[in-house]
Amino acid sequence: MIRFANLYGELDSTTKTNEKISAMANYFASVEPADAAWATYFLCGSKLRRLVPTKLLRKWAAEEAGIPDWLFDESYQSVGDLAETISLVVPPGEIRDDASLSSWVAERMHPLGKMEEPEQRQAVIEIWRQSSPAMRLVTMKLITGAFRIGVSKRLLTRAIASHSGIPTEAVAHRLMGDWEPTAEFYQRVIDDSVDATLPSQPYPFCLAHPLDPEEGPAPLGNVDQYLVEWKWDGIRGQVIRREDSTYIWSRGEELMENRWPEIESAGAQLPNGVVLDGEILAATVEGEVLPFAQLQRRIGRKKVGKKLLTEVPVVFHAFDLLECEGRDLRDQPLADRRAQLEEIVQQADHPNLRATELINNTSWDEFAKTRESSREHRAEGLMLKRKDAAYDVGRVKGTWWKWKTDPFTIDAVLIYAQKGHGRRASLFSDYTFALWQDGSLVPFAKAYSGLTDAEIRKVDRFIRQNTNDSFGPVRSVTPELVMEVAFEGLQRSSRHKSGVATRFPRIVRWRHDKQPDDANSLADLMEMMPD
Amino acid sequence: MDELLRPTQHGLYCPAGDFFVDPSRPVHRAVVSHAHADHARWGCRSYLAAKPSEQLLRLRMNADATFHFLPYGEKETVGEVKISFHPAGHILGSSQIRIEHRGRVALVTGDYKLGDDPTCETWEPVDCDLLITESTFGLPIYRWEPSATIFASINQWWRESQAAEKCCVIYGYAVGKSQHLLAGLDPSIGPIFTHGAVEKANDAYRRSGVDLPETTHVGSVEGKPNWQGAMVVAVPSAHGTPWMRKFGRVSTAMASGWMAIRGNRRRRSVDRGFVLSDHVDWESLLKAVELCDPETVWVTHGSSAVVARYLNEQGRDAKVLDGQLRREGDEDESAKSEAES
Repeated sequence: MIRFANLYGELDSTTKTNEKISAMANYFASVEPADAAWATYFLCGSKLRRLVPTKLLRKWAAEEAGIPDWLFDESYQSVGDLAETISLVVPPGEIRDDASLSSWVAERMHPLGKMEEPEQRQAVIEIWRQSSPAMRLVTMKLITGAFRIGVSKRLLTRAIASHSGIPTEAVAHRLMGDWEPTAEFYQRVIDDSVDATLPSQPYPFCLAHPLDPEEGPAPLGNVDQYLVEWKWDGIRGQVIRREDSTYIWSRGEELMENRWPEIESAGAQLPNGVVLDGEILAATVEGEVLPFAQLQRRIGRKKVGKKLLTEVPVVFHAFDLLECEGRDLRDQPLADRRAQLEEIVQQADHPNLRATELINNTSWDEFAKTRESSREHRAEGLMLKRKDAAYDVGRVKGTWWKWKTDPFTIDAVLIYAQKGHGRRASLFSDYTFALWQDGSLVPFAKAYSGLTDAEIRKVDRFIRQNTNDSFGPVRSVTPELVMEVAFEGLQRSSRHKSGVATRFPRIVRWRHDKQPDDANSLADLMEMMPD
Repeated sequence: MDELLRPTQHGLYCPAGDFFVDPSRPVHRAVVSHAHADHARWGCRSYLAAKPSEQLLRLRMNADATFHFLPYGEKETVGEVKISFHPAGHILGSSQIRIEHRGRVALVTGDYKLGDDPTCETWEPVDCDLLITESTFGLPIYRWEPSATIFASINQWWRESQAAEKCCVIYGYAVGKSQHLLAGLDPSIGPIFTHGAVEKANDAYRRSGVDLPETTHVGSVEGKPNWQGAMVVAVPSAHGTPWMRKFGRVSTAMASGWMAIRGNRRRRSVDRGFVLSDHVDWESLLKAVELCDPETVWVTHGSSAVVARYLNEQGRDAKVLDGQLRREGDEDESAKSEAES
């Protein structure tokens, strides 16, 4: 555990890719496979199920530190992270042993979930008393399921590849899907001699780069070299048909079972040894795409009722073919994969499986016009993909481009603020914005990102000097600052005071040139509402 | 107690002696705890301070002012009160200011710490009726390690960076923190260089008789020396500026109590954060209150509301001073770093 805590410290203290990779590679080289498996599991972002209620952890930490609960809460407000607050507030312990990461998980963490409260309390306090603040930070992050570190799966993959000598692509593939963090699993990941894939295993997703909206697609070269299709706002997924079973994976590598019965039924029509990449969309079988809000009704439903199935049918819009007849096609040019895809979809002949519609134009200018009509098609813009390109792993620049529609924007007034988390803990960096209605300001969106660090510090100072009221951690401030807020979509919502919910709101710029009176009204926002 | 000290727009005012303590604006008569800019305001007509702060104050304050310096512990009558200075352990010459009036004693801590620091005299408790304490790090999340432990890790970082053929750049405030750092560095590892602002303060420290390791001002270096393996002590504002380019491959670190919090470390975008502070942490603040054993505590500059509430719950009469003093007092770095730098 000491070694894993050190690894966390090393990863946390550098922003340099190479140093991160070498820190991980050194760790993997120095530990047993069982530890490497658990480290891989946690670094991938997988979590233990919550073992101890955080409310109890707060209470015990305050008791152990000999401080009142309110003082623990004040400390938490200032730090912005529960595990870190615990690690700082509780007096440092004495390290007793250096048990391995895997034995910590098996013997000290997992059992917590099955204990009664007094026993649990004793076990947690024992952990605190036997760990340094650095170790305690990591163990508490693991126990509360808040372990996050700035390492992408790509970096982790490269680290494992560099220490084991297995090609990066192979490691990436073997880390896909569901696996148990065991020594056997890790040994299989770094074993060069076997084909270590399971029938359910998906391929790493190829991701698109955003196109600079100012520049447009002209620098990409000749329009003939690209396949163009709508950029849909649905759920990216892979449909796998192997050994007479169908597996549907989300981009978050979640195996979505029983969630999309229509697509599973379509999958059953595919021959074995086929993997499709595409988008799950709420759509009628006639091809009309429904708003994302409709699809949202099905997201998160583990079991789908009949009524919902009729009201919100889904269709898998396939845009790529990664495997056919059990052969990995990812090295073939897109144009060839696409041709085979169309053939396979046609043969399957199922209403809930389609190949995406290709848009044929002869110039980028024409595509620019097409893009402007994206919203009418309920699309987010266009996808531009090189016809001659292989299917890449991750976000490799130059093969797939997303050319999104310009977001909606509106000028709004900052009325509430709250301290941020992590890097922005102790700065007021989370803002609530409001629009005018009948002479008063109605909150409509929260936004966290878009300002520079220097601007955040300025806003922070403004908030401290212009607080009129506090509700817990939220400060109500004099409505003076006007900012341009952008968002991707709008839908009606009874849960919001304004009656509207915005998607991905963020700050575009601080409008120093505008007074609060110049900000937009709620009516202006309503006008943007589609349908 | 208000006839002794009164919070005003210009800082704490003592009517019985007609002077201000650490005024926030230029005033006629200032009694000053130490030479940091948020305590010693430039432009006052006269300054009264502890003798060991003489070199630093003369360096930083307007030359046309009248200065008067008192050795630690010596009492001076000003109007109807007696003033004396007592070591605060914050930086060279930093003092707690004791003000006595008709048998009642008020003590203004200024900034202070309880730990050992070879560059200044160690804090000592002073019996008082009214204690006015800072609370910069007045939360139980702040718990300083012994300085030997901190310096061991700083020197270890220096050795590792040297082995990696890098130049170390460590940031600390020019006056106080930098010299505290220098005194803890192991000069046998390699040469130590300083930023101009740091070297100026070093001179004042050395003139005051403080022993510091040998340092070379970066600006006085001629030719193109090899910076690999060297240690550069610089002010935080130098981070990311073109001035840094000459050092080639560097490993950077910040030395500050704020580095205890991960978010602050990351926001600074330095490679390492060392938790080295010249202020009291939570435990030592409580210990200081206990040792000085005042009837009343006024808490200022930092987490004042939290500390006052806690002390009240512990049965001591305490209140927050910030609302009445015009000082940018908040618990957070943005206000603090500007005030102290």
